[in-house]
Amino acid sequence: MAVALRLALLLVAAACACLFLAHPVWFPDGVSAQSAAIDHQFAIAFWILGGLFLAAHAVLAVCLMRSRRSGKPRNSYGDWRMEAAWTLAIAALFFGFNVAGVRIWSKMKFQQPESNAIQVEVTGVQFQWYFRYAGPDGVFGHVDAQRFARPQEGNPLGLDPGDSDGKDDIVSTVLVLPVGRDVDLTLRSQDVIHSLFIPAMRFKQDAVPGMSIHAHFRPIKTGAYEISCAELCGIGHYRMRAVAQVVSDEEFKRWLKAREVQK
Amino acid sequence: MEELPSITTTVKPRRLLRRYVFSTDHKVVGLQYFFLSLAAALTGTLLSLLMRIHLIWPNLALPFFGTIKPENYLAYLTMHGTLMVFFVLSLVPQSGFGNYFLPLQLGVSEMSFPKLNAAGFWISLLSFLVLLAAFFVPGGAPGAGWTQYPPLSALAASGPGQALGTDLWLVSIGLFCLAAVTGSINFITTTLKLRAPGMSLMRMPLTCWTWFVTAILSLLAFSVLAAAVLLLLLDRNAGTDFFVPAGLIVSGAAVHHAGGSPLLWQHLFWFFGHPEVYIAILPGMGMTSHLLSVFARKPVFGYRAMVGSVVAIGFLGFLVWGHHMFVSGMNPYAAFAFSTLTTAIAVPSAIKTFNWMATLYGGRIRFTTPLLFSVGFVSLFITGGLTGPLLAQPALDVYLHDTYFVVAHFHLIMAMAGLFAVFAATHFWFPKIFGRMMNERLGILHFWITFVGAYAIFVPMHLLGMAGHPRRYSELTGVQYVAAMAPLQKWITIAAVVTIAGQIIFLVNFFWSMFKGAAAPSNPWECSTLEWTLPSPTPHAGFAGRLPVVNHGPYEYGVTGREADYLMQDAEA
Repeated sequence: MAVALRLALLLVAAACACLFLAHPVWFPDGVSAQSAAIDHQFAIAFWILGGLFLAAHAVLAVCLMRSRRSGKPRNSYGDWRMEAAWTLAIAALFFGFNVAGVRIWSKMKFQQPESNAIQVEVTGVQFQWYFRYAGPDGVFGHVDAQRFARPQEGNPLGLDPGDSDGKDDIVSTVLVLPVGRDVDLTLRSQDVIHSLFIPAMRFKQDAVPGMSIHAHFRPIKTGAYEISCAELCGIGHYRMRAVAQVVSDEEFKRWLKAREVQK
Repeated sequence: MEELPSITTTVKPRRLLRRYVFSTDHKVVGLQYFFLSLAAALTGTLLSLLMRIHLIWPNLALPFFGTIKPENYLAYLTMHGTLMVFFVLSLVPQSGFGNYFLPLQLGVSEMSFPKLNAAGFWISLLSFLVLLAAFFVPGGAPGAGWTQYPPLSALAASGPGQALGTDLWLVSIGLFCLAAVTGSINFITTTLKLRAPGMSLMRMPLTCWTWFVTAILSLLAFSVLAAAVLLLLLDRNAGTDFFVPAGLIVSGAAVHHAGGSPLLWQHLFWFFGHPEVYIAILPGMGMTSHLLSVFARKPVFGYRAMVGSVVAIGFLGFLVWGHHMFVSGMNPYAAFAFSTLTTAIAVPSAIKTFNWMATLYGGRIRFTTPLLFSVGFVSLFITGGLTGPLLAQPALDVYLHDTYFVVAHFHLIMAMAGLFAVFAATHFWFPKIFGRMMNERLGILHFWITFVGAYAIFVPMHLLGMAGHPRRYSELTGVQYVAAMAPLQKWITIAAVVTIAGQIIFLVNFFWSMFKGAAAPSNPWECSTLEWTLPSPTPHAGFAGRLPVVNHGPYEYGVTGREADYLMQDAEA
């Protein structure tokens, strides 16, 4: 049993390592300005933690070797020096890793978006995402969902018909974005908590009713990227899907124009 | 042993009902908790089986259950989490084994508050029945997940299970909190006030230390949860506005609430919820430390460091709740503190892991079923624990939050490791409880299936999360990149079905051994702690009015110059 258990620990650890190296599914390619730094941090994490995982299992297997020494057993009640050395080593490793991660977080959250950032208001409604652009005047119109929301009449967000700022607002179910420009999202929700998750952008932010939450990122590659909902919001949670369509600047302007004409 | 005045009744109650059902005997209460948890574990496991099957064959009509609709799936998910976290992981290691063995290991025959203790069990049972009743009310069981985030959980119109089912859930959890608080007061008082002569705190077995620290965590954490569920119940039924803000529309109708904050619930819930993780796992750590020492025939390596790290984990556990909220809209500055404090927990956890290995090193290891499960615990604790420092980083957690990666992480470190400690403890203490040994062959077979199964289920789940698969999806067809992961989901389902089937071996072994197992001697494992000075099964009167006098630490193994290689705690000095 002793040999079997030691072998099993080693084999299980090796199998886990192989599965991760073969990875039948993996991260989608990162297509936002922040994704390279995040992916780099992930890579460091997997090497450090994967190394510790394999080493720990190897050491555990060694520790399970039956002592064959006759005579006095190694009857240690502990060893403060070993304990302290191990503690300091692991603390230094983890806190060093933590500091690197916190730097990325600072970049993500405390660097303001550029002044030419596209402003998009994101609203989660059971079970649909709406994306609102301010239109030519650059000002979002007033919204009062309880008074004005009429999803059947093309006003799902409840834009105030009496507010001239809102006349040119564009409401879309596709998040169309120009490549290479910051996008400053304002996340809201009409009913329960949703979470806007764009895996390819390494972006996730909850949309909380009663709050307007700002978050920004910059797409760096054109293409269509799926958006899912990451916070349980009810029976349609699994199909609360949308698409982020990243296009060239000219295409984006054309799209905005076309939507303005429709109004 | 010397004769000391009895502190409890030693007269055996004659009536069966009084003796086995409405008993205030800590051993009976402990067993009652154990069987309540077993019922909850079977229900929770059945629900996970239904969920796994539904993910792969969504249109399959099952006998008794029919086709599983999205609302059924969410109800199973919520009830699975609630049953497993509250009624299994919080109950068996602490209230089950703790009630039975804390007094015996401390060398006393009764708890401080036997009646309060029994009341705790009956309230827990009531709580369990109220929870199950949620399945049978209009709309069914709640579907907002065991975390019950409002407004989804606050507004009846937001989904099928959000009506009476959610009220029942809240009442059930409120009752559970009450039981947990009464139980923990009893544990704390017993540990501080009722130890046998000579049983200083630093002579307590590590199991007692973890039960003691867990009781303190329970007392503080469940009080906060009790307040939170009361506030949510008031929001739902008394028109208060703690968690629901103004201006909402749900199912096309305006909601008449204003001024509440959904984030307030998350702060209150996770102030309970994170310590809860340690409530679930600390007793398991204590049992593992205890068992590794017994079966390696060596003292626990670094006993004081083990005590210190348990206390440190318990303390830090209250300072990290915000790591569940990195994407919640909480002030991003708070993430710095929560991230660093969370990383700090890795340090005492690493001390424990190091000491477990060092305890095994060079030992004359006896490869029994309890030892196998304890080594399994260490392995799973390492595997599940190592993803912790990764999730503690807000920049990485943003991506992984609410994906299967998190599901894999907490199932390995809390659910699987916790369960392995329970299996180890069951095999280990079974002879003391029932006077018979469990079957080793069946135990070893059960270990192998469960150990390989745990890895086969939960390691691939990390990959799903890394590919961006959100959790709590009732179907895989709604999002294209999720649908592409169906083959891996299928593998996980197959592994889960096999592993769950393997648990039948444990049930057969458990009930068969209860009646037919080989008769157990009083100390089959040659263990040094006080419960093994009693005959097997433990007589009703415990130490029968005598108090053992403790002369030694709890882990005197591998001693030389004596007939046996260990020293009982109450052996002559």
